[in-house]
Amino acid sequence: MAEEHPILVTSDLTIRFGGHVAVDQVSCSFDRGTLTAIVGPNGAGKTTYFNLISGQLHASSGRVTLNGEDITRMSVPERTDRGIGRAFQLTNLFPTLSVRENVRLVAQSRARKGFDLFSIAESHVELLERADHVLAEVRLIDQADQIVSALPHGDQRKLEVALLIALGPQVLMFDEPTAGMSVDEVPVILELIQKLKADMDRTILLVEHKMDVIRSLADRIIVLHNGELVADGDPAEVIALPVVQEAYLGKAPEAA
Amino acid sequence: MLTKLLSGDTPRSGLLTLLLLIVLISLAFAPFLFPGTKSLETAARICIFIVLVASYDLLLGYSGIVSFAHTMFFGIGAYGTALALSTTGPSYWSLIWGTATGAVVAAVFALAIGLFSLRVKAIFFAMVTLAVASAFAVLVSQMSWLTGGEDGLNYRIPRELTPAFKLVDEKILGVRINGKLLAYYLVFFASAALFLLMLRIVNSPFGRTLKAVRDNAFRAEAIGYRVVWYRTTATVLSAIMAALAGSLLAVWLRYTGPATTLSMEIMIDILLMVVIGGMGTLYGAVLGATLFILAQTYLQNLMGVAAEVTSAVPVVSTLVAPERWLLWLGVLFILSVYFFPSGIVGRLRAGRA
Repeated sequence: MAEEHPILVTSDLTIRFGGHVAVDQVSCSFDRGTLTAIVGPNGAGKTTYFNLISGQLHASSGRVTLNGEDITRMSVPERTDRGIGRAFQLTNLFPTLSVRENVRLVAQSRARKGFDLFSIAESHVELLERADHVLAEVRLIDQADQIVSALPHGDQRKLEVALLIALGPQVLMFDEPTAGMSVDEVPVILELIQKLKADMDRTILLVEHKMDVIRSLADRIIVLHNGELVADGDPAEVIALPVVQEAYLGKAPEAA
Repeated sequence: MLTKLLSGDTPRSGLLTLLLLIVLISLAFAPFLFPGTKSLETAARICIFIVLVASYDLLLGYSGIVSFAHTMFFGIGAYGTALALSTTGPSYWSLIWGTATGAVVAAVFALAIGLFSLRVKAIFFAMVTLAVASAFAVLVSQMSWLTGGEDGLNYRIPRELTPAFKLVDEKILGVRINGKLLAYYLVFFASAALFLLMLRIVNSPFGRTLKAVRDNAFRAEAIGYRVVWYRTTATVLSAIMAALAGSLLAVWLRYTGPATTLSMEIMIDILLMVVIGGMGTLYGAVLGATLFILAQTYLQNLMGVAAEVTSAVPVVSTLVAPERWLLWLGVLFILSVYFFPSGIVGRLRAGRA
């Protein structure tokens, strides 16, 4: 059966920076329609692992396959075209453009209109409508005309998520989507991720530190520690593991 | 209709609209409003430089790419037309094939430079363009059998575009309706068309993508844009536009030489015009080019008058002596950058309540 095949597989994925092995032979597969939380202490290699999957970094050895296709050597836009989408930990937007234009650019990319030289961008109404639709979803529609650099931090985080939603990939990677958000803004993002998760065609990878967020969302947790995959399984089981208590929560096993 | 012609990118400021209209009307009726050879030369130069500066803004302002090879592309266009006119005679056919060849050669050069060096750091691209442009300028001055070397090329253009050709015998509004006038309007309408074309390009989905790449190339890649291809295409388009501006200059001057097209001085002038007018807005090119060329041409005269008036005052008269015009141009530039860091257009648009 088709859904039995994992959509995304990393096999022995490794990257070295000089003598330091940041991600060390991580083999893991992700099934369609699941949400996997990736946890581990700072410097465990979570973001590096993300970079290897979305293509900002290239593996020293090992492979990444998407739908059975080897994408290990592909560039970032090639992977984006094949269905990998990423929201960044540090806000990474187009600062001098308006909020609406940021999202419109994503819609434009998906409509493959980037090389349209002679039409007026604003005349592509469907792209503007798509942008406004996504902005309404993340509750940023009232700020649509503001310039991004003038936006408060929490709103920039929402826009970061909006860009990923507008991209509409098969694999969505969230790197601490709620970091730096005020308490009342966090539920908006969680609700959005919940909604995305309900769509069984999507696969979500989530790096997150907040345990309650992970408990409410994750189908599975994998634990990275010093670049190695040290635990993988059902959330309740993994959280209970001494190695997680130590590696993730920074507690000694006996204290747990 | 008008909005569509401007590709939806209206000036968005009352004062800016007014200034642009003044420039447009002055240039459109220049032969009648400002009779005389010198003023017509200035008007034609302004038209051509608007195209040249706008094409540079396509790179610098819209794509965030610093290039020092812009005069090389300008020169390639000018020499293309000049060589065609001098080898295959003063026909329209020569004019067309020379201009087309110039544009194609410029595009190929830009493509090569772009693909080789736009992948790497911005500073490296700037250095490569500087090196290539310098090498090209040396090459042109050395290959005198082809290019006339430092002396450049004098050639004839189709007779209908020369003062010898009389359209009407009588003067109209005190102006001779001759080939020179036709040549001016060729320059004017061609410049206007190229400007509107560029205005369309920067407001197209492609132009919007350029801004995204300029703002954050890393994220542009992550949403699926192949950054190198966008930068390279912008470089090629900008080179083609510069080459076409060069062809217009070649037709207008009936002379092409290193000093009028390839010199580093012109490169710096272009840079200043973009900055004074306002980067990332093509209307800035219009105001930047107009003000700069007017200052370049008439500041000396103005200062001559000032020197005469103040001849009794010792220090002041020395300061405003006509030979000090470059000093005052420098002062004007520093003041404009200090008070309008986002250029004249940026300032006017920000001032809009």
